Amino acid sequence: MTLGRVVGTVVATRKDPRLEGHKLLLVKPVTPDGKEESGYLVAVDTVSAGFRELVITVSGSSARMAEGCKDKPVDCVIVGIVDAVSLDEAG
Amino acid sequence: MQLGRVIGKVWASVKNPGLEGQRLLVVQPVRPDLTPHGKPLICTDSTGAGAGEIIYWVRGREASFPFLPGEVASDATIVGIVDEIHLGKKRGPSC
Repeated sequence: MTLGRVVGTVVATRKDPRLEGHKLLLVKPVTPDGKEESGYLVAVDTVSAGFRELVITVSGSSARMAEGCKDKPVDCVIVGIVDAVSLDEAG
Repeated sequence: MQLGRVIGKVWASVKNPGLEGQRLLVVQPVRPDLTPHGKPLICTDSTGAGAGEIIYWVRGREASFPFLPGEVASDATIVGIVDEIHLGKKRGPSC
């Protein structure tokens, strides 16, 4: 799983019928120490995340294990809203 | 499976119901000589690993298997805590 920051929304009228009713968000991956990484992800939101929030995303076939995404054509899902990240000094 | 070191923790009170009660740890992948290799990631934990420990983790769909029959949406899970690594004839660095 990776951390990311919600930077926008994606609106799609025509899509696979199994994706109807799902909120799609644009997520910028970030490192655990808060630096933004390159690229963007379009992710299905299962936790009602908001703009600029730090979230946890699951990708690949595991994304379909998330509640509400069973048998749906998704490979990236937001599964948590981060309260805090603590890194060990030695790490 | 890959080696890694636990370098931190993530707290998240709002989670997908499948992830309720799961510990989320920050893992830095390492080489067998324990030098960092690649980008850190967030893993669920099936072993009770703690800060600074050398572990091995599994990625992909298999990462949810340790929690079966529960349906945990995880693509990276710590599945073992490393005691020792032997590299060739030499004993590897202590974990």
